[in-house]
Amino acid sequence: MRLVADLFLLAGALLCLLAALGILRMPDVYNRIQAGTKASTLGVLCILAGIGLLQPAWWPKLVAIAGFILFTSPVGSSTLARAFYRAGVKVWQPPGKEASR
Amino acid sequence: MLSTPAPASASPGAYVLGFCASLLTWVLLTGSLATDEVVLGIAVSLVVMFAAGQRLALLSGLRMTPLAPLHLLRYLGYFFGQLALSNFDVARRVVSPTLPIHPELVEVRTGLTSDLGRMLLANSITLTPGTLTVEAEDDRLLIHWIDSTPGSDLESATRAIAAGFEQRISGFLK
Repeated sequence: MRLVADLFLLAGALLCLLAALGILRMPDVYNRIQAGTKASTLGVLCILAGIGLLQPAWWPKLVAIAGFILFTSPVGSSTLARAFYRAGVKVWQPPGKEASR
Repeated sequence: MLSTPAPASASPGAYVLGFCASLLTWVLLTGSLATDEVVLGIAVSLVVMFAAGQRLALLSGLRMTPLAPLHLLRYLGYFFGQLALSNFDVARRVVSPTLPIHPELVEVRTGLTSDLGRMLLANSITLTPGTLTVEAEDDRLLIHWIDSTPGSDLESATRAIAAGFEQRISGFLK
């Protein structure tokens, strides 16, 4: 049980690291939001699952936290993306593709 | 009052649902089924339900059928599968040295009519492989697609991005 919990925690930490790396590497704001949202959502869920396995008494609260994160994280990302879209931020194009648009 | 053609008043079913949802949240957060906790939870849920009042009309998008819970479970299973897939997908793109992305803004049409259904669809799309909902207007969703190679016209984008979710969501939301 301890081992499974540790694996979940490790997977969660790795996913959060990938999200951070994605925010660094992606070329524009929309792609950064994408990398940040997805990996960190599943990463946090994995960490919550790991905590739940270590502390079984906490699982009702963990389920509630997971529900809130699943609902608020995409709403927040969409709202940010919409704000940038309305502010007129263009989508990044790979170099050389501009002409074909 | 509302710009959408949603019904102006909440049905009794919506009140019951709102009450049950807030009571469930209460029980999850307190983590106990002791009598005094539950009694207090019922009191608070009643207050929340009446404070929400007509805004519970949002819940009229739910289909109250015996099969709806099954459809909800089927949707959740599909959703978590897609969430895991989307993480592998993004991880692969982030780690690979050439950064293989072909981003494009595409439009998608939805057949869901309720606000709740559209919100769930937009959220699901945001959390699935390579797509991010940017704007929602009536039955059109504007999506940022990280890999727009399958084509970016309305029909093919709708098929590739929204169809899988929409078919599952329509089982329990209008």
